[in-house]
Amino acid sequence: MAWETVIGLEIHSQLATNSKIFSGASTTYGAEPNTQACAVDLGLPGVLPVLNEEVVRMAAMFGLATHSTVAPRSVFARKNYFYPDLPKGYQISQFELPIVHDGYLDVELEDGSSKRIGITRAHLEEDAGKSLHENFMGKTGIDLNRAGTPLLEIVSEPDIRSAKEAVAYMKKIHSLVRYLGISDGNMQEGSFRCDANVSIRPLGQEAFGTRAEIKNINSFRFVEQAINYEVERQIMVLEGGGEVVQETRLFDADRHETRSMRSKEEANDYRYFPDPDLLPVELDEAYIAAVRESLPEMPDAKKARFVSEHGLSEYDAGILTATREMADYFEAAAQVAGAAGKLTANWVIGELSAALNRDDCDISNSPVSADMLGGMLLRIEDGTISGKIAKQVFEAMWQGEGSADEVIDKQGLRQISDAAAIEGIISDVLDNNPKQIEQYRGGQVKLFGFFVGQVMKATQGKANPKQVNELLRKLLDG
Amino acid sequence: MHQKSLVELATDLRSGVCSSEELTRACLQRIAGHDPRLNSFVTVTGSQALAAAQAADAAIKAGNAGPLTGIPFAHKDIFCTNGVKTSCGSRMLDNFIAPYDATVTEKMHEAGAVMIGKTNMDEFAMGSSNETSFYGPVKNPWDETTVPGGSSGGSAAAVAARLVPASTGTDTGGSIRQPAALCGITGLKPTYGRVSRYGMIAFASSLDQAGPFTRSAEDAAVMLGAMAGFDPRDSTSVDRPVDDYTAQLNAPLQGLRIGLPGEYFGDGLDAGVGDAVSAAIAEFTKLGATVTDITLPNTHLSVPAYYVVAPAECSSNLSRFDGVRFGHRAGNPQDLTDLYTRSRGEGFGDEVKRRILVGTYVLSAGYYDAYYLKAQQARHLIRDDFMQAFKQVDVIMGPTAPSVAFKLGEKADDPVSMYLSDIYTIAVNLAGLPAMSIPAGFSNGMPVGLHMVGNYFEESRLLNAGHCYQQVSDWHTRTPQGFE
Repeated sequence: MAWETVIGLEIHSQLATNSKIFSGASTTYGAEPNTQACAVDLGLPGVLPVLNEEVVRMAAMFGLATHSTVAPRSVFARKNYFYPDLPKGYQISQFELPIVHDGYLDVELEDGSSKRIGITRAHLEEDAGKSLHENFMGKTGIDLNRAGTPLLEIVSEPDIRSAKEAVAYMKKIHSLVRYLGISDGNMQEGSFRCDANVSIRPLGQEAFGTRAEIKNINSFRFVEQAINYEVERQIMVLEGGGEVVQETRLFDADRHETRSMRSKEEANDYRYFPDPDLLPVELDEAYIAAVRESLPEMPDAKKARFVSEHGLSEYDAGILTATREMADYFEAAAQVAGAAGKLTANWVIGELSAALNRDDCDISNSPVSADMLGGMLLRIEDGTISGKIAKQVFEAMWQGEGSADEVIDKQGLRQISDAAAIEGIISDVLDNNPKQIEQYRGGQVKLFGFFVGQVMKATQGKANPKQVNELLRKLLDG
Repeated sequence: MHQKSLVELATDLRSGVCSSEELTRACLQRIAGHDPRLNSFVTVTGSQALAAAQAADAAIKAGNAGPLTGIPFAHKDIFCTNGVKTSCGSRMLDNFIAPYDATVTEKMHEAGAVMIGKTNMDEFAMGSSNETSFYGPVKNPWDETTVPGGSSGGSAAAVAARLVPASTGTDTGGSIRQPAALCGITGLKPTYGRVSRYGMIAFASSLDQAGPFTRSAEDAAVMLGAMAGFDPRDSTSVDRPVDDYTAQLNAPLQGLRIGLPGEYFGDGLDAGVGDAVSAAIAEFTKLGATVTDITLPNTHLSVPAYYVVAPAECSSNLSRFDGVRFGHRAGNPQDLTDLYTRSRGEGFGDEVKRRILVGTYVLSAGYYDAYYLKAQQARHLIRDDFMQAFKQVDVIMGPTAPSVAFKLGEKADDPVSMYLSDIYTIAVNLAGLPAMSIPAGFSNGMPVGLHMVGNYFEESRLLNAGHCYQQVSDWHTRTPQGFE
């Protein structure tokens, strides 16, 4: 039987505030356990939450960027359950009235088509602390530094039909929150993670199948693996005559499989009710208009502009706008390079990205800054160096040997464009290879490349390739 | 000295008739002499109090004295006090030394008042008789075989017995006004949001409000002035200037419109209490007030609505007491569930458990709409009743409690009958209004309280009415036998 996969994602994006959502404690990652947990985070008797206004602004930005409704009135609710790293015995979240609802995002798929994924809602909530089960004298330690860290939980409609689509959607959200500057999107530190609701149904059937929820997946690769595994598993169950049970599953990244965590029957009744310690969040039109005013250029708009303004292909523009940092880098470099958009795009997508990957380096920490790359591209443009020599210059800049001009001077890489000088070198090459001239003139035209190579070798690649070609042809064929 | 009002004592302190240290020592001595019988204190902070008194004396000498500088008082043991045990009347917090001050604690400290100790209370403020305290019941100074009311029974008894001139309390369904009535003193529950809840251990967050116990309305005005105010740490506190509550105390009551709800004078009201309250209201007419019969038709919904909302909120508020970070922790837990169940099973008393169970039930999937949402709707109706009434009248009056103090143990095994002792006070919390109980006579030798309810933020009007009445009555100066 042919099966159709149905996926909905719940993405938890940590908001990039300095302090927590309901207290003044710092949100900096990696501090000594429990040094960033104040009385409110510890849930001491008598303490009260006070909403950090910054999270409201950030959630509103997200809503406006995803064509969603930013609710004029939203309400914090308590989600009640017991766990040692949940200090109050409830998590403050939003339930019936989330701050953002009913939006969508258009996602580009690998085949070049675009797909609209609905966003059901995005709500604000506080993160829990961490239970440390290892290296703790056989006991469990509790670190509440993370408790109260602001999260935006973004819930999609079940519009996603494959693991690849899920990854494309997640990447798009990831890019968006970073564009907006509302999350650092750091997946290693858990700032960006997702739960995937996965079910299958016979192709053509309208009713959804029973779903399993895979919890806490923290990389794009794992999302793909987990969903693919889960789909296979559900197909095996159904084709084997069994039934998929509604349950929560965990993805084991080492074994590439999902495992049952708890069934629906074991699920908590969270007893949600409006948190009486917090007032409803009320946003008027002026507030929402001001947030709209403050929005940076969104990836889709930026992409369209890159195509029209810089003459890039859709594909290149898509890659360059995948992150705000890369887009900013590109634009800065292109400006220095005298608006050489296509050339800049090739270098950013090619050499620069390869070097960043190779050295596991973030573009914001690139040893070759946008200014430096632009400066080098300017030298290609004005003929000072060839594209080939530029690779050498780039590598030298990467190694910290200075700007393009410094490297060119120091290493004597200036291109030879003096026709007389090049002709002299060509004559030497021809004099030394009489046999090849004979063969070439006898019809083996492929040997032309051999002569070019010899000239370039003799000039350590510095001869202007265009001139070499022209002069060689003149001398050989003339 | 112990018979003097707070305002009189403040005058004495400033004129040098006595020092705060002398006053504090006198209070400590009275506590030592009387409290072993009354059991109104959980903790007495003698040496800290004396140090604070000496500091107050220095401030008075330097001419920096406010109306509360050097005045000894007691905090209900629900307010967090930095470095001092804050038990909330529970075994759960018997070992809890608060690491910070509640806003009310801070404000009283800033006002220069001298905290002399922490008073006994129903466990987590759940009760109307002070019998649910882990530290044992408080006795009513008027008759030690009866209850002082609750949940702020210790604070009320301590003021009634002249151990301290003033104390703080909290009122979720009547926990200031009912014990004030049963002990023959003045108790004020301000408008919800007028006094910060930060650092006040939560029972039912949407209902809890702190207020003072004193012997007179005038003293209450001074106390409230220190306790009230916007607090950025409490999102439900209201950002609105605090009145000078003493400014209007003597305004004439000519033309004051008093409303008497028929619902508060019907079945279930003890005849002696009804007579005393009617006599008191007659006094108000002599002062120029007019009386109108009004109706609060949804009064019958208040007790059921309250016993859904309050337990629902408490079931969640008390989840933090899990034996993990503070408070009682069961010995040798076998696993996490064992740690939770035994810590909570051992730490909480029966009434607290009963309300957690009720609250958990009404919030459960499938019951939420039928109970919690319905109760919230009832709350709106109750509030609307009051808003209608306040179009006609300025103050609503009636009995604070249906009877005088009942016998210790009399209702301990009958929760519903116990809950009904707050029948006249609960609606006020559901609506968030200010209300006050003042002494209005006696029935069978026990004090009767007159309940006065005002519109939002009209504490000044209540204090004015109370003060004027206390100028023509002397019920508030009566002292229980043995405590003169």
